[in-house]
Amino acid sequence: MSGLGFTPNEMMTIAASRALKNDDVCFVGIGAPSAACNVARLTHAPDITLIYESGTIGTAPDVLPLSIGDGELCETAVTTVAVPEMFRYWLQGGRISIGFLGAAQLDRFGNINTTVIGDYFHPKTRLPGGGGAPEIATSSKEIYITMAQSKRGMVEKIDFFTSFGHGEGGDHRKRLGIDTAGPTLLITDLAIWKPDLVSKEFTVVSLHPGVTRQQVQETCGWVVRFAEALDETPAPSELELKTLRDLQARTRVAHEGTGKGKAA
Amino acid sequence: MVKFLPLKQAVAENLNSGDSVAFEGFTHLIPTAAAHEAIRQGFRDLTLIRMTPDLIYDQMIGMGMAKKIVFSYVGNPGVGLLRRARDAIENGFPRSIEVEEHSHAGMANAYEAGAAGLPCAVFRGYRGAGLADVNSNIKSVTCPFTGEVLAAVPSIRPDVTFIHAQKADKKGNVLVEGIIGIQKEAVLAAKRAVVTVEEVVDDFDDLHPNLTVLPRWTIAAISVVPGGSHPSYAHGYYARDNAAYLEWDEIAADRGKFQAWMQANVIEKDAGDFAARVEHLRKAA
Repeated sequence: MSGLGFTPNEMMTIAASRALKNDDVCFVGIGAPSAACNVARLTHAPDITLIYESGTIGTAPDVLPLSIGDGELCETAVTTVAVPEMFRYWLQGGRISIGFLGAAQLDRFGNINTTVIGDYFHPKTRLPGGGGAPEIATSSKEIYITMAQSKRGMVEKIDFFTSFGHGEGGDHRKRLGIDTAGPTLLITDLAIWKPDLVSKEFTVVSLHPGVTRQQVQETCGWVVRFAEALDETPAPSELELKTLRDLQARTRVAHEGTGKGKAA
Repeated sequence: MVKFLPLKQAVAENLNSGDSVAFEGFTHLIPTAAAHEAIRQGFRDLTLIRMTPDLIYDQMIGMGMAKKIVFSYVGNPGVGLLRRARDAIENGFPRSIEVEEHSHAGMANAYEAGAAGLPCAVFRGYRGAGLADVNSNIKSVTCPFTGEVLAAVPSIRPDVTFIHAQKADKKGNVLVEGIIGIQKEAVLAAKRAVVTVEEVVDDFDDLHPNLTVLPRWTIAAISVVPGGSHPSYAHGYYARDNAAYLEWDEIAADRGKFQAWMQANVIEKDAGDFAARVEHLRKAA
């Protein structure tokens, strides 16, 4: 895909950024979601409210934070609140329109595992865990997910329910008393996916430029469903690409520029 | 009443082997110098409470000081995994540790309940989440007014809390600014609190009336340790040493490398060494 003038990861971040609206209040996960949210802010959604779980509300970082609590987030925020307030008043209070999450493992119903590979009590790999995600997944009005496709990441059955998507599908959220919409969008490096209206299974609705159905299937651990009318994702515009690349270049300089600390 | 003490003495007077202890700071204001002093004094069988264990608990776990950890995110923020914590959980090295895992919302609510003197916290959480199946401290209560089923977790009441903060005044009142995280709740929830600060100023007379100030009578001891949060940061003083966080990933990946690093950078050093570590980060703050 190198002939296209952009990488699959750039396409993923930019496609994800386009899903965000100017009036969204977005709870931002670190990594790919953070890049997408800030590209949105720097292009078509200048007034978007970005919230990081460290308590920074309405933040506008010049470089992508390495952690959810970098000083840059606080310095550019409208306000910074304590962590209990963040989770109680702002998230639990129903003020977040979009929760934007990444995933280590994902299943077809948008359930996410970032906790363990293998058995919880005898894990093969102990991953960082959920952080804010379990409640972001159920208290945000909608959830967007972004991750690069791989058979290891997109699996038939996740090892642990770190955050609940659509469970076993259908009305499972409702049955658990969860009244928010849950995952409504999945953006990978190859495609855009939306849940089926009834079964809630993620279905490919748009392929990124140059991507085939076969490539999507080969990098996904479940049998992929494709929408009858399959779109092609518009390629990144020059402005979008430049915005993303400049942001990443500034970020690299900033994180390496702190120099080598003698002790940690 | 609060005492100004050298860090060595503040730690020795307030921490004991077997204690439940919180070294808090949500990415910002992590009390690294206090944690390193605790490592040098060699406490054992601690219950370590922290929302994000971060490098300091990776180090304490790697040194075999923890019998249990209570946490909500056991990663190196933005970098990846905490490799000493992993080694303990996956392989029982250097000792096996008990794990009590929550979500951030669960921990934040539990600290707040601790500060409020309540036995438990009630909130809308853990719905559909696997943690509720593996942590017996996650239970539910039914709202007596609406019938809504809500999550309940026990409040956090540490024997002792350590935090880092920007400054104290001469009387021992403490100011916390920037990402205030869980600092206030963690102090008020604990039986004893020890605060390391960047500096001491004459008074707080010029401060805005709504800033986060911990009155001196909520704190047992204050130690002045400039740079005491490194490689975390102190808003207004120095920036987060992101390069050190990236570097830690390599150091902690290897048991031998980790031991050598701890020997050279913690065991053979003291609190006075922190100021020099943040010199190059000061102009960036």
